[in-house]
Amino acid sequence: MLKRNAFLLGTAITASLLLTACGGGQDRQVIQNKGSDTLVNVAQAWAEAYQKVDPATVVAVSGGGSGTGIAALINGTVDIANASRAMKDKEIKLARDGGHDPIEHIVGYDALAVYLHADNPLTDISIEQLAQIYGDGGTFLKWTDLGVEVPGCKDQEIVVISRQNNSGTFAYFRKTILGKGDFRLGTRDMHGSKDVVDLVENTACAIGYSGLAYATDHLKLACISQQTGGECTSPSVATASDRSYPIARPLFMYTSGEPTGYVGEYLNWIKSNEGQCIILKKGYAPATDVSCD
Amino acid sequence: MTTKRNAESVAAAADFDKLNRDWYIDKAVQVLVFLGGISAIIFIIGIFVFITKEGMGFILGDFSFTEFFFSQNWRPTSENKATYGILALIAGTASVTGLAMLIAIPFSLGTAIFIAEFATGRTREFLKITVELLAAIPSVVWGFIGLALMNPLIIDIFDVPVGLNVLNAGIILGLMAAPIMTSIAEDALKAVPDRYREAAEAMGATRWQVIYKVVLPAAKNGLLGAVLLGVGRGFGETMAVLMATGHAINIPGSVFDSVRALTATIAAELGETAVGSPHYQALFTIGISLFVITFIINLIADLVIRDVRKG
Repeated sequence: MLKRNAFLLGTAITASLLLTACGGGQDRQVIQNKGSDTLVNVAQAWAEAYQKVDPATVVAVSGGGSGTGIAALINGTVDIANASRAMKDKEIKLARDGGHDPIEHIVGYDALAVYLHADNPLTDISIEQLAQIYGDGGTFLKWTDLGVEVPGCKDQEIVVISRQNNSGTFAYFRKTILGKGDFRLGTRDMHGSKDVVDLVENTACAIGYSGLAYATDHLKLACISQQTGGECTSPSVATASDRSYPIARPLFMYTSGEPTGYVGEYLNWIKSNEGQCIILKKGYAPATDVSCD
Repeated sequence: MTTKRNAESVAAAADFDKLNRDWYIDKAVQVLVFLGGISAIIFIIGIFVFITKEGMGFILGDFSFTEFFFSQNWRPTSENKATYGILALIAGTASVTGLAMLIAIPFSLGTAIFIAEFATGRTREFLKITVELLAAIPSVVWGFIGLALMNPLIIDIFDVPVGLNVLNAGIILGLMAAPIMTSIAEDALKAVPDRYREAAEAMGATRWQVIYKVVLPAAKNGLLGAVLLGVGRGFGETMAVLMATGHAINIPGSVFDSVRALTATIAAELGETAVGSPHYQALFTIGISLFVITFIINLIADLVIRDVRKG
């Protein structure tokens, strides 16, 4: 009996020590947050900043892609799924079958920039021209087809850079540029937005697309117009917010059912001025009008 | 303590047939060792059953033999009509592996001949350790070298639009396959009996003639086995190939074309594919094809090498 009491006492001391070491919250709640690689940096910044707002709530963030996050929501293993595309009808049905009613929250907007090499003289490009470059059966194979000559580009061949075929960015760009059509075969399909930007930076002949947040000073961002010769809009946080930039997509967080309790508080904070200023600082457009210092 | 244990073992030996504790320990260890011995077989059958089970739905459903193997339209997420043709992927894997072998065979054979026939003492030990060290470099590091180092280099030297192509991946893969090929080739050369060499030298053959006319022909099968193991390594390599090929669906016309490998396609797409969807099952069907190809290559290599050891 004495021995058992000593054991219990030991456990209690260890547990209290552990809790103190972790920050000393009595009722610590953990929010599981998973999904889109586009959103993962922002989600991490939110989680970190939220520590100061509510020390009793810990947000565990992981990436893996929109599909991974949505699958986890369907399986009921996360509280919040991040997605850079809307859930498909099939996925919503799967979730409902499993007893989870997915609720959509728009937390920001992301402008997909069309990246060109710094030496490329082209300044603006239309959706029609992009369709000729990216689309199956498109006729633009050389930069001279667009009326420019790129210095340092052998044979003026357009090196078309795309993403792996199950990324949210791939799906959104295809839908916006080609509607129901397919991309041509032979595009270089990079695994991740960062890889696209790196390759365009080093390749004079290249054209690629990725989130605006990945822009660097060594690249050129094309100004996008609907029709060739029409008025073009440059990608920026401002043009993405007012939806004047044609290739801007909403960024989503999904919860199972209307969020309540600490998950609800977290989402409200994300949609608040403070939360929206963080997504703005990370290079995405906020979902609401904000004033940040 | 020692005397006690001796006494115990003597006693155990004396009544070996009795079902006492030692008998059970003995049996248990026997079973354990047996399980360890056959575990490789169990795992390989398990893996085969698993990937076949996952891919079966596709093979029985959307699968069309002609489309799968003879079309280059790999569009599993198309909104129009999903197509699953892996011809371009097979061409990609084959071209990269082929070029890798062209690069790796002279290197590894040369190194193996030098280590086995010429190098002595310290040089030999140092070389052997270095070759083994080369084999320990993780494939993602090789891929990074391809992406960051070789890509700009190839663009500069050959004046081509992109440096992520068959040439880049072939060189990387050749360097990756060379160490294992060197080790096996060296074993094969060592297995040639010294009396062959002595006989040749007695006939007045020069060092080169001994190697070229006697040792290499005698070690022929072992060397072939080394090459086949290298080919198997090339087919199975994923990460480095994913990073260095450019990952473009394309049947290459020259070494400066970007391609895409079978393994890299699985690696890039499986993570975000809905479990059980046709796309997911098609990726597993690629896995089955790869499994069968590497199994056949390794089996041939094994038979060839075994032949050598017997002779």
